[in-house]
Amino acid sequence: MTATIQAKPASTEHISTRARVAKVFTDSGVVTWRNVMNVRRNPEWLLGATAFPIMFVLMFAYVFGGAIGGPGGDSSQYREFLIAGIFAQTVAFNSSYTVIGFASDLQKGIIDRFRSLPMSRLAVILGRTTADQVLSVVVLVVMSACGLLIGWRIRGSFLDAVLGYLMILLFAFAMSWIGAYIGLIARSVEVANSAGLIWMFPLTFVSSAFVPQESLPGVLGPIADWNPFTAAVNATRDLFNNPSPAGWPEPSGWPAENAALYAILSCVAIIAIFAPLATAQYRRVASK
Amino acid sequence: MSENDRQVAVRARDLVKTYGSTRALDGVDLEVPSGKVLGLLGPNGAGKTTTVRILTTLLKPDSGEAWVAGRDVLAEPDSVRRVIGLSGQYAAVDENLTGFENLYMVGRLYGQNKATARARARELLARFQLDEAADRPSKGYSGGMRRRLDLAGALVAEPTVVILDEPTTGLDPRGRIEMWEVIKELVADGTTVLLTTQYLEEADQLADSIVVIDKGRVIARGTADELKSQISGERLELVVSTVDELPATAKVLAEVGAAEPAIDEHTRRVDVIVDTGPKALVEALRLLDAQNVVVQDVALHRPTLDDVFLSLTGSRAESEGEQ
Repeated sequence: MTATIQAKPASTEHISTRARVAKVFTDSGVVTWRNVMNVRRNPEWLLGATAFPIMFVLMFAYVFGGAIGGPGGDSSQYREFLIAGIFAQTVAFNSSYTVIGFASDLQKGIIDRFRSLPMSRLAVILGRTTADQVLSVVVLVVMSACGLLIGWRIRGSFLDAVLGYLMILLFAFAMSWIGAYIGLIARSVEVANSAGLIWMFPLTFVSSAFVPQESLPGVLGPIADWNPFTAAVNATRDLFNNPSPAGWPEPSGWPAENAALYAILSCVAIIAIFAPLATAQYRRVASK
Repeated sequence: MSENDRQVAVRARDLVKTYGSTRALDGVDLEVPSGKVLGLLGPNGAGKTTTVRILTTLLKPDSGEAWVAGRDVLAEPDSVRRVIGLSGQYAAVDENLTGFENLYMVGRLYGQNKATARARARELLARFQLDEAADRPSKGYSGGMRRRLDLAGALVAEPTVVILDEPTTGLDPRGRIEMWEVIKELVADGTTVLLTTQYLEEADQLADSIVVIDKGRVIARGTADELKSQISGERLELVVSTVDELPATAKVLAEVGAAEPAIDEHTRRVDVIVDTGPKALVEALRLLDAQNVVVQDVALHRPTLDDVFLSLTGSRAESEGEQ
């Protein structure tokens, strides 16, 4: 009996750095699996995650498209221009699933369960942001089909197209880390619900997603130019070789001329800032 | 490590935790001998969950020290997490996963390989009579089944110390009795258990010794019998037909009782602790009858947690007394 509670000698408890890193990956894998299973058991999320962007496509392509896009009310060029913006917007909005996922895990005590286990802390967050990429892939497939139906085509090489999708996924991953941080600071699922969505509107509309960024007035112009969202959209558009409608001003300035580089740098910067913030918040979160 | 440390599985010294101006814990000391069950008894807000959260590394105290299985909770939290199993107040099962998947996930996160995690999950599901429901999403489980699944999750890595935070709160009487059986088996296997509860009866059924806390302070400790002996007698409760009869009734109960009677105007009920049981009951009814007071309902109860508090603190346990 007394032997059972005896602490093991320290040597067997010492864990090498390599084993620790390996544990981060296996733990993240387990948490990713758990989150993907959660999504699979609730297939109705797909309706929520795609209905919104499909509405945006239809609204912009056919309601505003005639007024915004090409000469003589022909919106076909605009529709082609639109899709990269819609992709980026869709994955950005998906980060609200990260927010809600964390808030609900906190509320249901799942996070407490995780925190009482000898597992990697980073894995809880990495497993969530990774699982959200699975979700993003599924949604991108649906949205691509929707794009093809309204006349969008990939006009670049196969490799560029793959890079275009990877660009969107990198952006999605970065957004997901911001979502993780918001989900962990939100006090309830209800707060998370609105907090996860509200910043999406300035982020995705003050950009080149729907209108020529050169057309934005005053201070909105430079904000749109330097918005990482604009860079992700422009880079993807370039890789898909989808031009702006005829007669639109070409965006200029460093971020526009180096869209891919700027997009990658800003995604990396976002992850570098929000991964430690989210991990620190995770440590703090239940210590109330 | 001294020989003494090996026989004490859980030890907390002078734990203090404040939230703003509220002292959630105000110097809590406790010890659980290895292989024994300690019941931490108290009303809502007494500091039970705060104590559990500190011992399970979820929360850092403002001051004080704690060891679990000889490991310092503050200095080596990871090491502590490897030897404890926690089953919380709100069953922390993932309702979209099946029972099997829940346990498999926990096993994997404890570092078990896939085969071990699978085998252990099946074994625990069988042990907790969840094998039939094992492959259904736990969303459809009853409250009792969820609690059992949550407890099974705490046992995945065969912990030396199991901490149960209000394991039966919210369960129906049948679910509660099933849960007690499970916990008794656990103890029979030699596991050290610290459980929190609001129910004296539960502590009585399960715990070798009891620590009573209120407002973040330990107000009594001992075995169930020792605690009950501090509350002499039983509680006599009377319901009269009109509010006007309450003062007279209270007067009579003050006469036959061992303490000041408590009056609830809303339910027209008066109750008091009595030393002499049925004799006091008969005497009270006789006196009331003589005054033509119409008694609608009468009852004689064994001591409850409320009575323990009444006796220990001289005031009613806040959460229980209001009900």
